[in-house]
Amino acid sequence: MRVLAQGVEGSNPTLNIAIFAGFVVITLIVVLRASRNTKTAADYYAAGRAFTGPQNGIAISGDYLSAASFLGIAGAIAVNGYDGFLYSIGFLVAWLVALLLVAELLRNTGKYTMGDVLSFRMRQRPVRAAASISTLAVSFFYLLAQMAGAGGLVALLLGISSKGGQAAVIAVVGVLMIVYVLVGGMKGTTWVQIIKAVLLILGAAAMTVWVLGKYGFNLSSLLQGAVDKAGKTGEALLGPGKQYGATGTSKLDFFSLGLALVLGTAGLPHVLMRFYTVPTAKEARRSVVWAIGLIGVFYLFTLVLGYGAGALVGPTKINAAPGGVNSAAPLLAQALGGPVLLGFIAAVAFATILAVVAGLTITASASFAHDIYANVIKKGQVDDKQQEVRVARITAVVIGVVAVGGGIIANGQNVAFLVALAFAVAASANLPTILFSLFWKRFNTSGALWSIYGGLAITILLIVFSPAVSGKPVNPKTGKSLSMIQGVDFHWFPLDNPGLVSIPLSFLLGIVGTLISKERNDAKYAEMEVRALTGAGAEQAVAH
Amino acid sequence: MSTTESTPADRTPDAEEWLRIQSSPDFVQLRHRLRTFVFPMTAVFLAWYLLYVLLADYAHGFMSTKLFGNITVGLVFGLLQFVSTFVITALYVRYANRKLDPVAEQIRTEIEGAAK
Repeated sequence: MRVLAQGVEGSNPTLNIAIFAGFVVITLIVVLRASRNTKTAADYYAAGRAFTGPQNGIAISGDYLSAASFLGIAGAIAVNGYDGFLYSIGFLVAWLVALLLVAELLRNTGKYTMGDVLSFRMRQRPVRAAASISTLAVSFFYLLAQMAGAGGLVALLLGISSKGGQAAVIAVVGVLMIVYVLVGGMKGTTWVQIIKAVLLILGAAAMTVWVLGKYGFNLSSLLQGAVDKAGKTGEALLGPGKQYGATGTSKLDFFSLGLALVLGTAGLPHVLMRFYTVPTAKEARRSVVWAIGLIGVFYLFTLVLGYGAGALVGPTKINAAPGGVNSAAPLLAQALGGPVLLGFIAAVAFATILAVVAGLTITASASFAHDIYANVIKKGQVDDKQQEVRVARITAVVIGVVAVGGGIIANGQNVAFLVALAFAVAASANLPTILFSLFWKRFNTSGALWSIYGGLAITILLIVFSPAVSGKPVNPKTGKSLSMIQGVDFHWFPLDNPGLVSIPLSFLLGIVGTLISKERNDAKYAEMEVRALTGAGAEQAVAH
Repeated sequence: MSTTESTPADRTPDAEEWLRIQSSPDFVQLRHRLRTFVFPMTAVFLAWYLLYVLLADYAHGFMSTKLFGNITVGLVFGLLQFVSTFVITALYVRYANRKLDPVAEQIRTEIEGAAK
């Protein structure tokens, strides 16, 4: 078995692995150092609430700029031009929801999880259980998408083409991730995110300047380069519609996706949990400001990198490379700086998967241990906080194993819809519940359960019966359909993205569910509102 | 080295106290200031974003119009979304620092001071 076949032409797998190994060693040392002070639950879940706003902001961008948004968007721009750029705008504008409506109020009222805020003035057990189920669902979809992507990335960057070899690499990623989470807790994970984000942004910045330099720092000439390289259809790269403009349904689908992107971010549990790692609401605000700055600048880089890959590598070569559109950024790196720059970008892409997966795992494990174990099963009567952290650690291992297994099964499947699904669930089940709970006095347990379970069920139902799962026409060239399941067609919902239906319905369910129940607790809302807006009685940083 | 978690519950006011603070003029003013900023601003940026998505989705001709060189209306529109996001962020930070934080801090000090 040739394990180290050539992936991308001119790539040097040994060099790629060496650079990645260097990243792993450095981050492991940092994680080990960080673990010295990880003792209490607040340390494990929230890094002792001791990170500064800028540090947390960098970590948030590290968490957010997943492989999908780095490789995926650059590739989409290279091949589909403007339509790829549309994605990044939704991902960025979404942060204003977090900044204006969620981050600070959440930091002031919660402790470790999204469930803390949602259950604050409700009946604890049912709402915490619902919040945790939704957290686990979103994290699982997101995790699976990342792990499945890891397989393709391996093929691309290390030249490992056998399924067995790819499975082995997915397992290595999983084991490393478990080590980071178990040893370092939230603090270790945060440092991994910070290191990764800095490398990613610096790498992208260097490549952006390099590409622009080749075109005399003239964006218009760069675009001309991309148009020329693409041949006859080149002009289409400059305007919208190449990917989504085909039919009325595909246009509606894009609108639906745009809605889920902009409303989903502020409902992603692993993003929400990051706000607990800072000492005050003001630092939470600074975190979002930093995140918006870094993410915005990064997406501007990807605009240049995407068109740069289109101009210097060309869509034909990108589509033919292993990994398809995801190979645009690595191929561009190689065209610019040869094997060394390619190795650097490859290592950063791996680090990205590792860091994002670690962040998701710690979120899911915290939600299970804190919401379900401590508050639903033990009814809030856990005497020993150490026991709760132990449960979180065990959960992290279980989630890691499930992620590796799922990643190996999903490897090579078309699971691109999973990220969109995660955003749709976050926007449908989580965001309405969070907003109602923070701003609507009358909101109650029944309303929360209706919007969480209703949003979750509708979103998943619509996805299962969407063309993303079954029934897309078979491409005569490849003999395969773009749907996940081949050969059957049980779809009746016309759109790939359920957001357009599921988000308004979930808001409506929250309202209906609230009004049919008589429960209301004005005093508890008073406490929540005063705390949320003033920070009175908010969780303090742990002093070491 | 102290690793004890803070327990805000120790100094938490009771239910009536929370209700009293919630209806106090200072707090009513704080809530008013927060909501009159964040709700309209959210409506503005969502409308602006959705307008952009709809134009990109349904007005291909207009968005593909070239302004100068290869720079299209769509590209400028997209870049303006970046600009508006940065501007709204800056406006909110300025507003929060000047109009929200001082009032919030004053109320917080009163609550925590009184309960100690």
